[in-house]
Amino acid sequence: MAERFTKSMARNIYLGGSTFFILLFLVLTFDTQSRAMPERDNRDQLTEEVVRGKHVWENNNCVGCHSIMGEGAYFAPELANVFDRRGGGNSEVFKAYMNAWMNAMPTNVPGRRQMPNFNLTDQQINDLSEFLEWTSKVDDNGWPPNIEG
Amino acid sequence: MKYESQRVAMPYFIFALVLFAGQIVFGLVLGMQYVVGDFLFPEIPFNVARMVHTNLLIVWLLFGFMGATYYLVPEEAQTELYSPLLAWILFWVFAVAGTLTILGYLFVDYATLADITMNKLLPTMGREFLEQPTVTKIGIALVVVGFLFNIMMTALKGRKTVVNIVLITGLIGLAVLWLFSFYNPSNLTTDKYFWWFVVHLWVEGVWELIMAAILAYVLIKLTGVDREVIEKWLYVIIAMALITGIIGTGHHFFWIGPPEYWLWLGSVFSALEPLPFFMMVLFAFTMINRRKRNHPNKAAILWAMGTAVMAFLGAGVWGFLHTLAPINYYTHGTQLTAAHGHMAFYGAYVMIVLTIISYAVPIMRGRPYGNSNTAQVVEMWGFWLMTISMVFITLFLTGAGILQIWLQRIPDSGEALSFMATQDNIALFYWARMIAGCFFMAGLVVYFGSFFIKGQASFDEEVRGATIQDA
Repeated sequence: MAERFTKSMARNIYLGGSTFFILLFLVLTFDTQSRAMPERDNRDQLTEEVVRGKHVWENNNCVGCHSIMGEGAYFAPELANVFDRRGGGNSEVFKAYMNAWMNAMPTNVPGRRQMPNFNLTDQQINDLSEFLEWTSKVDDNGWPPNIEG
Repeated sequence: MKYESQRVAMPYFIFALVLFAGQIVFGLVLGMQYVVGDFLFPEIPFNVARMVHTNLLIVWLLFGFMGATYYLVPEEAQTELYSPLLAWILFWVFAVAGTLTILGYLFVDYATLADITMNKLLPTMGREFLEQPTVTKIGIALVVVGFLFNIMMTALKGRKTVVNIVLITGLIGLAVLWLFSFYNPSNLTTDKYFWWFVVHLWVEGVWELIMAAILAYVLIKLTGVDREVIEKWLYVIIAMALITGIIGTGHHFFWIGPPEYWLWLGSVFSALEPLPFFMMVLFAFTMINRRKRNHPNKAAILWAMGTAVMAFLGAGVWGFLHTLAPINYYTHGTQLTAAHGHMAFYGAYVMIVLTIISYAVPIMRGRPYGNSNTAQVVEMWGFWLMTISMVFITLFLTGAGILQIWLQRIPDSGEALSFMATQDNIALFYWARMIAGCFFMAGLVVYFGSFFIKGQASFDEEVRGATIQDA
């Protein structure tokens, strides 16, 4: 680098640049969280069941195989839109599907990927279904591109 | 080695490498499960193996960063470490807590683990990479605070160099951002948003400061280039890293609920994120070209160049491939993401830790100018085997990802293949990845073998031009 460009100039770019962008990031975070998100994530529909369902999701490490909104592991199907894919957008259909599915695991088909049986209670399956239904309704800019997730 | 207390880095490096081996073993298990779905089921389900694989990575990199810090901060500050005893105590606390957590993953059902560690009191478990029981998370926080105290007391009583300042800034950032791992709101979108404060702002933020500082230190030692020049580069690199990387977090906000302006912000800023990595390549190669000495530790020089190049390819190029929102719409959460993740972590963070190990461990073993030629040759075989294998792992996963996008993402609903049908169609790529993974394991064995080769240590270095003070 040319001698005109001194170390203290480099340091000032670092300090000034990072301070500016940290502050900008905080402002944007504030705007996102306080103004934009409440209109997009249906937080008024965060029922007790949905909240409990999130804990079921977490306590069984579902994200260790599945993705949700594209985040997680890529070993098993995306679940942010499973309510639409398997339930056709109907709560009752979806819950019936979830009950059948969770209780049928593992399939024990040789050579196929296996999902453990998590021994969930009926209420836990119900809560998990509510959580996935709520998740499917978040405005996530139209992702995923199609129903297969 | 100028200060006796630098030696406390040794157990950190050794334990890091042991965990690294464990990480690769579980990587092979996962690779196998991708092709033989019921491999080791139900003993080790995929989610458990993956949790072990990723958590071992995070923990061994932390051990590596701590080892690097204990080694270089006293030498930069020109003073003994404030408390070697504290460093030893924290080593054992972290090693025992880390091991127990991994054993917990393996031998206790995850829901039971959440139960017995009283996750209910402060639920933080079950989120990707943050699967650790809350008590382990608290343990990590305490270890890091003790570590930072020790390091800052050392740095403050000695010479303040830019390398130390940048490294410690990065480590403080690491500690502060870790606090977001304790924040787990019931609203999934908010949870995800702040989860990225740990994950993104670590690896595409403060960890880059840590990496750049370690690289700068090693280059000062290996090339003898004037510290002023190296420090100027260091400032420019970390300035680029934070200017692009902070708002670049937005590339994770595209599809998880935040508003549309992040599509633009995330795309534009993260498209610039390769810049700091590109500058690290220029930095490493320019400094080595302008070297004032020919350091006999050729292996360490190879690692230093390798980490810059591979970080640029893995984090920079493979990151850029899918960072623009219109492209990411189709690639998000596919095997392309996995391809990028593997090469980025290997290039940037695995290799920087192996760089400082390659430089510092021979010195701590009484070989100030590096290992014997034979040992170095074997180490360099390990370098090439692991690095080329990782390139192939990345290429095969990229192939798998592109096909997955083609079959599952691009067609309209009704015509697109389902997730599982797609997986069957791309199995060939997973087999190829598995083979590349076995070569990586072989490279790791060769690399480990290099530590056990004796032979004549390297002689004194050849100094080019006037002798310079090792400042």
